[in-house]
Order: sequence, then structure tokens, then C-alpha cells
Amino acid sequence: MTTRIFGSGIRRREDPRLITGRASYTDDIKLPGTLHAAILRSPYAHANIKAVDASGAAGQPGVVAVYTGEDTDGVLNGLPCAWLIPGSDLKTPAHPAIAKDKVRYVGDAVAVVVAESRYQAEDALEHIAVDYEPLDVVVSPKAAAQDGAPQLHEDVPNNIAFTWALAGGDTDAAFADAAVTVSDTITLPRLIANPMEPRSALAQWSAASGELTLWNTTQNPHIARFVTCVVTGVPEHKIRVIAPEVGGGFGSKIPFYADEAITAFCSMKLGVPVKWTETRSENYLITTQGRDHIEEVEMAATSDGVITGLRTTVYAGMGGYLSTAAPGVPTILHGLMYSGPYNIPNISGTVYGVFNNGAPVDAYRGAGRPEATMLLERMVDLVAAAVGQDPAEVRRKNLIPKFENGHDVATGITYDSGDYESALDSCLSAAGYEALRAEQAQARAEGRCVGVGVSSYVEICGLGPSQVAGAVGFQGGLWESAIIRFYPTGKANVMVGSSPHGQGEETTFAQIVAGELGVDVDDVEVIHGDTDTTPMGWGTYGSRTTAVSGAAITVAARKIKEKSRALAAHLLEAAPEDIEYEDGRFYVRGSPDQHKTIQDIALMANVAWNMPEGMEPGLEASAFYDPPNFTYPFGAHVAVVEVDPETGHIDLQRYVAVDDCGVQINPMIVEGQVHGGVVQGVGPALWEGAVYDDDGQLVTGSMLDYALPRADLLPDIEVSSNSTPSPHHPLGVKGIGEAGTIASTPTVYNAVMDALRPLGVTRVDMPLTPEKVWRAINDARNGG
Amino acid sequence: MTVPVEITINGKACAGDVEERQLLVHFIRENAGLTGTKVGCDTSQCGTCTVQLDGVSAKACTVLTVQASGSSVTTIEGISDGVDLHPLQEAFWNNHGLQCGFCTPGMIMAANELLRNNPSPTREEIRHGLEGNICRCTGYQNIVSAVEDAAKAMGGR
Amino acid sequence: MFPAQITYHRAGSVAEAVQLLSSNEGAKLLAGGHSLLPLMKLRLAAPAVLVDIGRIEALKGVSASGGGITIGALTTHAEIASSDLVKQHAPVLAEAAALVGDPAVRNRGTIGGSVSHADPASDQPTVLTALGATFNVTGQGGDRSIAAGDFATGLLENALEENEVLTSISVPSVPSGAGSAYVKFPHPASRYAVVGAAAVVAVSGGTCSSASVVVGGVETTPARASSVEAALAGSDLGDAALDAAAAAVGGDLNGDPMGDVFASAEYRRAMAAVYVRRALGAAASRAG
Ligand SMILES: Cc1cc2nc3c(=O)[nH]c(=O)nc-3n(C[C@H](O)[C@H](O)[C@H](O)COP(=O)(O)OP(=O)(O)OC[C@H]3O[C@@H](n4cnc5c(N)ncnc54)[C@H](O)[C@@H]3O)c2cc1C
Ligand code: FES
Ligand code: FES
Repeated sequence: MTTRIFGSGIRRREDPRLITGRASYTDDIKLPGTLHAAILRSPYAHANIKAVDASGAAGQPGVVAVYTGEDTDGVLNGLPCAWLIPGSDLKTPAHPAIAKDKVRYVGDAVAVVVAESRYQAEDALEHIAVDYEPLDVVVSPKAAAQDGAPQLHEDVPNNIAFTWALAGGDTDAAFADAAVTVSDTITLPRLIANPMEPRSALAQWSAASGELTLWNTTQNPHIARFVTCVVTGVPEHKIRVIAPEVGGGFGSKIPFYADEAITAFCSMKLGVPVKWTETRSENYLITTQGRDHIEEVEMAATSDGVITGLRTTVYAGMGGYLSTAAPGVPTILHGLMYSGPYNIPNISGTVYGVFNNGAPVDAYRGAGRPEATMLLERMVDLVAAAVGQDPAEVRRKNLIPKFENGHDVATGITYDSGDYESALDSCLSAAGYEALRAEQAQARAEGRCVGVGVSSYVEICGLGPSQVAGAVGFQGGLWESAIIRFYPTGKANVMVGSSPHGQGEETTFAQIVAGELGVDVDDVEVIHGDTDTTPMGWGTYGSRTTAVSGAAITVAARKIKEKSRALAAHLLEAAPEDIEYEDGRFYVRGSPDQHKTIQDIALMANVAWNMPEGMEPGLEASAFYDPPNFTYPFGAHVAVVEVDPETGHIDLQRYVAVDDCGVQINPMIVEGQVHGGVVQGVGPALWEGAVYDDDGQLVTGSMLDYALPRADLLPDIEVSSNSTPSPHHPLGVKGIGEAGTIASTPTVYNAVMDALRPLGVTRVDMPLTPEKVWRAINDARNGG
Repeated sequence: MTVPVEITINGKACAGDVEERQLLVHFIRENAGLTGTKVGCDTSQCGTCTVQLDGVSAKACTVLTVQASGSSVTTIEGISDGVDLHPLQEAFWNNHGLQCGFCTPGMIMAANELLRNNPSPTREEIRHGLEGNICRCTGYQNIVSAVEDAAKAMGGR
Repeated sequence: MFPAQITYHRAGSVAEAVQLLSSNEGAKLLAGGHSLLPLMKLRLAAPAVLVDIGRIEALKGVSASGGGITIGALTTHAEIASSDLVKQHAPVLAEAAALVGDPAVRNRGTIGGSVSHADPASDQPTVLTALGATFNVTGQGGDRSIAAGDFATGLLENALEENEVLTSISVPSVPSGAGSAYVKFPHPASRYAVVGAAAVVAVSGGTCSSASVVVGGVETTPARASSVEAALAGSDLGDAALDAAAAAVGGDLNGDPMGDVFASAEYRRAMAAVYVRRALGAAASRAG
């Protein structure tokens, strides 16, 4: 039955082209006459540029052009920051595409060579002489905010780009009255997103028509067009941005980068197509990173473990410049989630966004919520230890009771629906929690370091009501639109403004239409990723594509259904109110034989031989969907680890996840998102962390040093789910793209701390590399 | 300086004049126009460029084109006959063994080598066999299931 | 990802390779390319001339030779890992070969390239030193042999003359009744050894008659653990004896220490004791 397709784990229609190597990613696209760009990057983290002499490069073999900041100055506008948090005294210093006077991180662009081949362009870079005057460097976001720290931007005292504060309840009173207070400083290192496809841009300028086409590894082609217009000055309607196949993004392909602007600039100067593709080493230096938080956190509780207050001071590194959405990440997407799934009546927090000499920081899978969940879940474990209770029990007693339609928390937001205790119960029972604790006691008796970690989480997804976006300073809307167009043969195209890049929406969106209109799923083709052929939309990030874009499709499909009903009534010579719909058929109530299928309707609407008075021909509907609220998926996870105390090695032995993302359109895809998400959160707990040295050099500058999760280091993730529909979403869906990443870092961290507790270890900074764990064990043994 | 090379790719002779420094992966992508083989890193770590070179898996980013002249290469485009999918391709599809698909060609080529050496691997052995290939999307689990499935389809137990 | 310009020669024989090396200043040999090409891709190495020895059949394969085996310099890690002759005469070499990098690396990387590159984080130099192997080289001045322990002379430096080619490695058989093991702490990103310990332990009449123990990754060249060997000799190879012997390794680590952001020199030294202990345990359990 076609309609049963909705909700079933059918295999993905995007796969055949991908598994056969026939898909075209940006770097796979070849245009005749394309030239290749290579960009000279600053080797210094902070320096004045005294002179750039590019003359040596100009005559090198194959070189067509060399440009420096002198050439782009006044031609390219600065890169804009698009999330201007109100009331935060936000500073937005200039961010030129090519630095002319000063560089602020290793990798800042200084010049570009365009040549016949990339090899030749790389050769020529070695012939550009730059005279740098090195300046003092600051890497830690907290150090950067202190008096006397090296200043990155003249007009930004203490490097503080913004200060954002949050207060709900009376936190000071809560702490004054608390029987128990716990505190810790949590460092969330910079993370390198590492989509397997490096970023790439291919620009083609047509002087004759004044049109610029940009193939780009972007998660949001419509935003990319908007910003390309701002930076290049080409009118928006003369710009076409195409996101072909995109090989993952995880947030790092949201921002608009200098490289795209430079590539477009070169094509406009030379009148031929120009391509730039980053190397992985470049990606590590210049593509936006995630996290970089130093979080000073305190929690207040009663002697029975009931949480009464939370207080934070957060230093969030921004890197050398403010990236496109950077200010929103440690504020709106972070601080507003401080209540988590718990009743915490009193919450206050201050977040400093701080410039430091590293790559710009922006959204990375979870964006703000992993940082919030980490601090909360760490604090809850510390409270449990302080009051001598089981961490699962402490969570249970603080969880917000089940609610179906709205719950206000102290940070000022309203969760849509939640059943946090069921998620926790499901997870504990899937993990066999009591047995695990018994096994752990046994292991400890044998001298083995086994730990069990638990976390509960709720996250904010489905961004979001545009009115809220405006109120919090986001320089755009957050609605989505969709067009469904039926052709005479009963097949349909769905055009969407969002831009999936691995999440499988070509399949799930077709499932939505199949479910709503009773057509075969294979009769629906989803088109996305090209600003010329899709309606406006704000892109794929923040677990919003299914929640918002999917809702737009649903609304459009329902419009199609209503028009079809009216046309069916006309054709069947009945009143519209007498027409019933079932499974793709419209029939006169009581006589199902008298019916028109959706295919009949599509044909009759398209030929328009017999339309009712006043009805337009065609069977097409478009919808703009602006969500009334965010969605709030949630869940609970458990991890089991064993630590080798001799070496500090951690063996992740089990991982159990229960997630509740509301209604599931395709459970197979949901599960895949959980697998990938969990592993991406395990990474920073155990292995991942970008390290800059005191000179601002990236020490973990390649895949040789930055440890990404590998197949042989992981167990199978045990996944199951509950379903609490979102009350405000037309399908009841919430979003699942980021959940795993949000939950798994604290779950694994807590498990390791649980394992180490008998040894007297109370804290270790992430990532929990063997040496750090080994040192902590030794320090504890030596009474440190 | 360019030199003439000839490499048999997917059964077809591909000749060209290339710079001696050119990497095989660039010959495959640029000269032969087969872009299924990807470049995901520059330190030979990620495995997205994995092909079969003279019958065994190799990272095409860590071989010079001139080194491979006279050799034969199979890429993702060449492992099935173009009509029916290879059992590994079918299994990756059935098991949702890919999301963005960028690692997939290399993964399938690496898995092919694994099954050639060990037709009935355990999940643990599959995880080890894929240690040279990074996937950032799937968490590997469905890839492991896909390889397990393909092993069965290909007659292993 | 875009190496600098090179001139490439494919050598048809060892003699031709020696000749090409002699006539081209700064020329480098190219074997499997899995150490050299990664450096060239990042332009951390830019040799003007490459002499590819990769197709010289005479340099490939494993053969039995009086009291041991001879392994051609071009024999790949994969071939060594699966070679019956290696498994029979020097099983620890096969054990270590299977731990090198990943399957594609093992298919291309060669034992000759591995030892010539003299990277302290690699596996086989440690094992070959423990096995007391001999490296056979050919150059303009003729043939000579170099003991494994003398081959690496520093970080990425070896004892070869500019025009010399390592042709084969002679490995004496592990004596019957002896046990051998290689235990590796792989770097989670690079897969290279942070610390690797190789041990060969011979037993006669219930006590240890001789031991050879070498640690890699801790210093710029493989470090022979003489104090550990001395402590083992004559011992009963029981847990207490192994604990005590392994603990003595600190006294053997006096060379230039290795250390990085992932594992400091101090940590590597501490891990040397742990990994030596584990290698001894495994070797002892296989002895007899
Ligand atoms: C992703 C990756 C992971 C790896 N992981 C590991 C690991 O875990 N453990 C490990 O030990 N190694 C590891 N390696 C290195 C691998 O083992 C290399 O193959 C090996 O170190 C070098 O062998 P090659 O044949 O590739 O040498 P090449 O790269 O061709 O040469 C290396 C150097 O040796 C010289 N040379 C080569 N052959 C000779 C010869 N016959 N005579 C004289 N000089 C010669 C060359 O001129 C060059 O300077 C890894 C490599 C990669 C790419
Ligand atoms: S491109 Fe990453 S291993 Fe070849
Ligand atoms: S599917 Fe995206 S990297 Fe593997």
C-alpha cells in the first residue's frame, strides 16, 4: 500500500548514484576552460602585513593572474556576520576576504594565484613574498578576554565581541540557601567538523549577461546567494548558487567563506570559470571549527539532590573574525537550553564571545546544545556524587514531568512536548542498568575500572519561528517553502529551498507526499540545491529540514488535496462536501466505485478541459511554512566503559541510546542519524580536539594528529526510540540530526569519571586521551 | 615535463601525457574523467581514494601516475557491469550504509578487498578491515552490516 | 596534495638504481611510496629526482636461507603478514606487519622502505632489531651488511651512503622453544606506534636462557632494553620476574626522547615499561 510508505524504512533513492560513483560533487564538475585557484595563507597567527610582493609568481608557468588584498579592497565587500545578538554590545569588525593590513589566524588569506592547473597554482604560491611583522598571540578564549591580552581588533577592547546574559528566577538566593553546591570548569576544545568532502567553489561569470553561477559545497544555497550578493555586489537575481551533491557539512558548510568570494572575484576578473577546492590541511586551518568553550559552572541542590539553581560564566572563542552565524551559537542555541530536561527554577549565565587567534568558530553539529548538555550532565553527576545517590535516580527526581502541549522553563522558552522519564526508563531498561551496576561492583571487586555513564537531554530543533529569529538578531527568516507540481501523467516534482546533504530527504520528502496524497513514492522526485529551480529557503542545519521544510511540503500537499477534492467533485458531479478521500482516491460518499484517482485529477487539471467555474488549471501548490515554535526532541543515553589504569586507555564497551524525535517518517534513516550522531559525540569525549600552541600554530593540523573515530574503535550502538509527537507540527515530527552528538559526549565522559571515581580521580579535561587519564590516576594516587 | 603513460582503468586502456609528479588519483579523476574516486585528505589517512591497483586495494593519492603506468586499475565505476549492482553496492543500499556518500566509493573498494581475503568476516574483523577508511556520517555501524550482508550474498557464511 | 616538480626514473635493476642515484644529485629512491609520497604531497619533501625501484622483481619475496630467512627489500607488509616462511621462522615479524597502518598501506608499503625511512614511530625497525636481523646493501662501493641495531642513526636518518640501496634483510630464525611478541600502542589518528615493544624470549630447562627486547617510539631510534634482557636471563619468567625485568627498562632509555601533544616523553617512557611487560608476558607464554 503506497500510503503505508510514510513511516517505513524504505531504502534511499539517492543511493544508486552514490554507490556507483556517478554522483557529482562540486569538485567533480568540469567546465571547459576552467582555471584553478590556490590561496596563499598566513603562516602567522597574528601579524601585520608590511608588504606583499606577488611579482615573482606572475611569470610562473601556467599562471594567469595573481591577486592580493590591494586588488580586492574596495571591490569585494567584507564578509558579514549574520547573527547580531541584541543587547550584547556586539562588535563586528571588518572581515576582508583577502587580508591587506593584518592577519589574525594561521590560514587567513593573503593572496590568490589562478593558473591552468592546481599544481601550477601551488608552485607559484612559493614565489609570493610577504613581509610580516609578527604580533603577540592569544589562543585561550579566557586569556584573550583579560586586560593586557594581545588585541586582535583595534576597536574591540579585551577582544570581547559580545556579552550575553541570561537570568531566570533568583539564582543568588538559590545558592545562598543551598545545602549542596558543586562546581567545575569544563573545557570544550575546538572541534574540526571534518565532513569527508572538503569545501569547494566553482564560479562562472558571464559578462554578457551579468550573471554569476557558483557551484558550492553549501548547506544553504539561498543564504549563499544572498551573501554572495552582499560581498560581490552582483544583484541577487543575477546570481545562481548550486549546491550539487554535498559530502556532509555538520555546520561547517553553513557559513559563507572568503574562499567563495575570492573564487567568484577571480572568475569575474578573468571572464572564465575558476575552481578552488580546499586540501584537508587547508580545511583544518580555515574551515569553521566548533565549541571552544571554557565554562565555569556551579549547581545548587538540596541535600536530597533536588536541583535548585545553575550559574555559569562561559568564555566562547570566536577565532579571528565573527563567522556568519557565530554569535548565536553560544547564546541563543546554548544558554536558552540551560534547564535541559530538568526543573531548575533559578538559572543565570553570562557568555563572553571572545576573539582569539584561531580559525573562526561557528555552528558544529549540535551547535550550542552539546556545550549546554555537557555542563548540565556533568553537574548532575557531581550533585549525585555529593548527595551519595545513583546518578539515574538524581536525574529522575529532577526531570520535568510528562507534558503534551507546552512547558515553560526558567530560561524563558517553552518546550513543545516531552516525556523525559519514559525515555530514561526505556534507556535504563534497554541497558539493563541494575545488572550493569551489579557487574560494575563485581568488576571493582576484581580491581577493574568499569564505569557506567547516564545522561538525559532535550534539545532545541526545527529553527524556528521567524519572528523569534528577528527578535534574537538573526539576519534572515527561518521559514521554509515548497512547491509540489503534478504533471499530466500523475508524477510529481517537489521543489524545496532546504538543501539536504546526506540526511536522505529526497526519500523522506517523497514519503511525505506519498503519505499525504496516496501516490507511489517513486512517482515523486524531490529537487533541491539550486537557487534557480527551487523556491526560497534558509537551508539545512539545526535539525530543521524535516521539521520545517517537511512541514511546508505537508501543507502544500494538503492544498493539492483540497483542490483535487474540488475538481473530483466537479467531475463526479457531486458536492465537494460529499467527496471522501482514501489512499489516493476521491469518491462520492457511499459509492466508492464512483471515484477519481489523484492521477485522474492530475491529468484533468493539467489538460483543463473541464474545470469548475473559477478554478485555475494545473495541479500545483506552494506553501511557506513558518513554524509556530521550535521542536524539542529528547532522550536518554547510557554508556559502559572500561579504563586500563596502567595506560589510561578507555575501551567503550557498550552504548545504548533511546531518542524521542516525535513521529518518524523513515525509521531506518532516523537510526542512521543516531549512529552517526552518537559517534560524532564520542569523538570529542575520547579523541578529538584541535590544539593550537602558544604561537597560534595548529598542532593537530592533519588527520595524522586529529583523531577521528574509526570503525575499529567503536562498539555497535544499541538504538531504540519512543515517540512523543510535537503538538504544533503538522506531522508531529521533531528532528533527529543532532541528538546523538548532543547526548553522547557527556554520557561517555560521565562513564569514564564513574570508572575512575574509586581511584580518587574527580576530573579530567576532554578529550580523555590516555596520557591525560593516566596522569589523573597517578596524581590521585600520589594524593594530588 | 610531461611523460606518456598508459594505465588500464576498468578494462579500458587510458593513455595520456602527464607531469611526472601527478598523483594517480588525479589521473583517474582528471585524465580518465572518473570522478567516483574521491580525495578526502592530503595525508593518506582517509581512504576515500581507494581503488584496486593490480588486484589489491591501494590509496590512489599515494601512488604516482608514472608509477602505475602499465598497471591496471579498478575504480568504483568498474566493479559492476553497469547493469546489475555489485553485491556490496546492493548491500550498502539495503543497509543504509551511506549518508552523504563521499566515503562510499572508497569504503566499497576497501570492503571488496576485505571480502577477497576473508569471505566470511565477523563484525569485529570487518571493523578492522575498514580501519583505513574514515566515514564521518554513519558511525560505521550500517557499513559493517552492509559488508556482513554482502559476504552472505557473495557466498561466504 | 600537489607535489613539487620531479624527474622520475624507473630502475630496471639494482645496478641501474645505484647508477641513477650516483648520477643525480639529491635523488631519492621510491619503493612503495607510502612514507615518501605523503611528505611530498605536503611539500615537506621535494626531491628533484625519484628513482623508482618498485618493479625490480629481484628485490621481492621471502626465501629460506641457512638458519633463517631473507626478505627482499620490496616485500610488502601484506606479503610478510601472510608469508608462511615468515610465520615459521620469525612469527613476530608477521605479527607486527599485520599491525602496520591499514590494509591499503600494507599492500604498498615495503619493509625496505619502512626501515630506510627510519621513522621512530614505525613498527618493523623495532622488531628487526629485536630479531638481530642484518641489512644487506649494494652501492657504488659494492655490497655490505649492516646490523639492524646500527641501521637507524637518528630521526629519519640511516646508515646508507647516498648511492646505496637496501636490497634485502636477513633474519635469523627464532630458536625453537623461544617465544616472541610485538605489542603496539597505536596512535588513534596516524595508526603509527606511539610505543611498540618487541621481545624474543628463549627458555631452556624452565629458565630464560636468553632474551632480546627492543622498544620503539620512545626515542629517535629503536632502543635495546639491555637491562631488561639482563634481568630476564636465568629467571623463571614468572609474573614477578617479568614485572621486575620490565621495570628496569627506564635505565635503558637514555637516548633522544620523542614526545608530542598526544604523548609526552615522560608518558612514553612510562608506557615503555607497560608495553615491555606485555610483550614479555606474551612472548613467555609462547615460549617452551
Ligand atoms: C596511512 C599510513 C599509515 C601508516 N602506518 C604505519 C604504521 O602503523 N607502522 C609503520 O611502521 N609504518 C606505517 N606507515 C608507513 C608504511 O609502513 C610505509 O610503507 C613504510 O614506512 C615505507 O615503505 P615504502 O616502501 O612505502 O617506502 P617509500 O615511501 O618508497 O620510501 C621511504 C624512504 O625510504 C627510502 N627507501 C625506500 N626503499 C629503499 C631501499 N630499498 N633502499 C634504500 N632506501 C630506500 C626512500 O628513498 C625514502 O626516503 C604508514 C603509512 C601510511 C601512508
Ligand atoms: S585521499 Fe585520503 S587517503 Fe587518499
Ligand atoms: S557517508 Fe558521509 S562520510 Fe561516509
